[in-house]
Amino acid sequence: MNTQYAYKPANVGRWLIWSLFALVLAGAPHIFTSGLGTTVLTQMGIAIIACLSYNILLGQGGMLSFGHAVYTGLGAFLTMHALNRIGEGLPLPVSLLPLVGGLAGIGFAVLFGYVSTRKSGTTFAMITLGLGELVFALSLMIPEFFGGEGGVSGNRVTGPVRAGISFGPPIQIYYLIAVYTFLSVAAMFAFTRTPLGRMLNAVRDNPERVEFVGYNTRMVRYIAFILAGFFAGIAGGLGALNFEIVTAEVVGTARSGAYLLFTFLGGATFFFGPIIGGILMVLAFVLLSEYTQAWLLYLGLIFIFMVMYAPGGIASLIMMNLRLAKYGRLRQIWVSYLGLGVCALVVLTGAAVLIEMVYHLQLGSVVGPQLQFLGLSLNAGNVNSWFGAVFVLLTGLGLFELLRRQFLREWSDIQERIEEETKGRDLL
Amino acid sequence: MSQIPANFSLELKDLRKSFGKTEIIRGVNLAVSSGERVGIIGPNGAGKSTLFNLISGRFAPSSGQVLLNGQRIDGKQPYEINRAGLSRSFQITHVFPKLSVFENLRCGLLWSMGYRYSFWKFLADLKDANERTLELMSMIKLDRKRDMLAANLTYSEQRSLEIGITIAGGAPVILLDEPTAGMSRSESRDFVRLIKEVTIGKTLLTVEHDMGVVFGLADKIAVVVYGEVIDFDLPDKVRANPRVQEAYLGTAHAQS
Repeated sequence: MNTQYAYKPANVGRWLIWSLFALVLAGAPHIFTSGLGTTVLTQMGIAIIACLSYNILLGQGGMLSFGHAVYTGLGAFLTMHALNRIGEGLPLPVSLLPLVGGLAGIGFAVLFGYVSTRKSGTTFAMITLGLGELVFALSLMIPEFFGGEGGVSGNRVTGPVRAGISFGPPIQIYYLIAVYTFLSVAAMFAFTRTPLGRMLNAVRDNPERVEFVGYNTRMVRYIAFILAGFFAGIAGGLGALNFEIVTAEVVGTARSGAYLLFTFLGGATFFFGPIIGGILMVLAFVLLSEYTQAWLLYLGLIFIFMVMYAPGGIASLIMMNLRLAKYGRLRQIWVSYLGLGVCALVVLTGAAVLIEMVYHLQLGSVVGPQLQFLGLSLNAGNVNSWFGAVFVLLTGLGLFELLRRQFLREWSDIQERIEEETKGRDLL
Repeated sequence: MSQIPANFSLELKDLRKSFGKTEIIRGVNLAVSSGERVGIIGPNGAGKSTLFNLISGRFAPSSGQVLLNGQRIDGKQPYEINRAGLSRSFQITHVFPKLSVFENLRCGLLWSMGYRYSFWKFLADLKDANERTLELMSMIKLDRKRDMLAANLTYSEQRSLEIGITIAGGAPVILLDEPTAGMSRSESRDFVRLIKEVTIGKTLLTVEHDMGVVFGLADKIAVVVYGEVIDFDLPDKVRANPRVQEAYLGTAHAQS
């Protein structure tokens, strides 16, 4: 009886996953050894912490915040100021500076959260939006703290060097961030297994009921908000150390929007969703933006597509397919996946050619109507290129829709069979 | 489990509530002593649910007093009233849809067992809370649905869970708002038995439309008509009261 509730105390699977996570963090820079590789990995660590902290609000507490960058951003600014004080004699090792960011996150979350968490739902969202705008406006009004347009910069190689670690080389800052990432992810996961973490889910599901089992929902939201602020501040502090410059845009609404978008894309309903979201965020900001000028447009399209067809994000897609695999039904449907994938690729190609040609005409037409895209030579001034692209797009869309309907039939059929199987087990 | 004080009573003194100019509750006086089971009946729109909302803190009364074991609770927040020892269920099922049956029940008792806003203890280590949750789960006969999401339960299972969450914190005074609403005859017969089992020794107030359920469940009946208690007595005496028959029972009684 007394072992039924304990989720296997010495859970081998859990140990395996966390060891694997540590291994990936430690080994990644040895696989992606280029300068760009280290840059991307470093930023991924930061983005993972930021998105997970955001998901304490969105996924676990049902609080849609439009101002999470306030806490990452102010954490970054205070970390940067603390870094600059070290040169003037502040006795603090650089490795602990992100905690300054975390404390700043707590401080501002205590302050702003007191106002915003009084309400839930739309009102909460509006207050966070207003607070975000407020802080951004302040950042332009107080150049003494925010550094004006140039921002605040610093040099992370400061103070005494211990054991050859100055945090100067990118690989050293990567490992600092990796350690913080591991500890933060572990702490945030642990939080989901505590009484407050569970009551936060309950507040998300049914706030009124929570009031009638003895909990002040506002207090639950407030404490969770402060914890989210702490981890957001750590992410901001790590960002400050990594870039050695903090500008006003880090507290801006665009940054807050990015946290929301990528947390959602990764999947707010599962703990690991925002980890995927953070990784995607860096890939989009660093790689996609290099590849095409229209990257924000693509991002918007992907977001709309996901909201419509997979509101649970990538994490829920993964979990649904794992469920299929568990019942040995994945092979029934992989042909449909393949078909959908090919069609999606066709649609994407058609749409991308159109988008690229429009952008080319608008922004790059000084070099003539010719452009290279995916090895194709396109002429944006030629009707044939436009017709070709539209034809590819429409064909792809039509085929995709047909296959999607077929896929939905197969999908619901499989789900029904799994339901029946599990029902049978329940009766045993 | 919280201790049940020897004399845990609920008393309403000239309780009133107006919405705008309309007075919905018009001076209700009611004294329920410890361990009593009271059924509250009355025609639609008589103010039975509003009365529950006033007692449980969902709405603040316009005037009058609510005394829980001698302490005034009127005007307090629902969570304060719950901590003081009063717990309620809802007419429309109010469970946590995306949490499992086990989690639903555990959420119902964490506060009363002193875990409050803790984020420094693991749920899995809370031996007392987890064992109590398992007990509750078998009391409401949902052991087999332990890990099922509340949203995926059948309607009557959700009603059981609703009762389970209500009694989880061990509150000595329980308010049930139409517990058998939407159930079939046989379902509600079983359900009344369940309610009796899980509320042994508690003070119980039930709003109910089904006369069979009320007379099966209650020691005393309060009749609410147009925001007033027109009779509060033993079931047989209430049945015999001509005023009650005139106002309410005449038609409803014939149906049951």
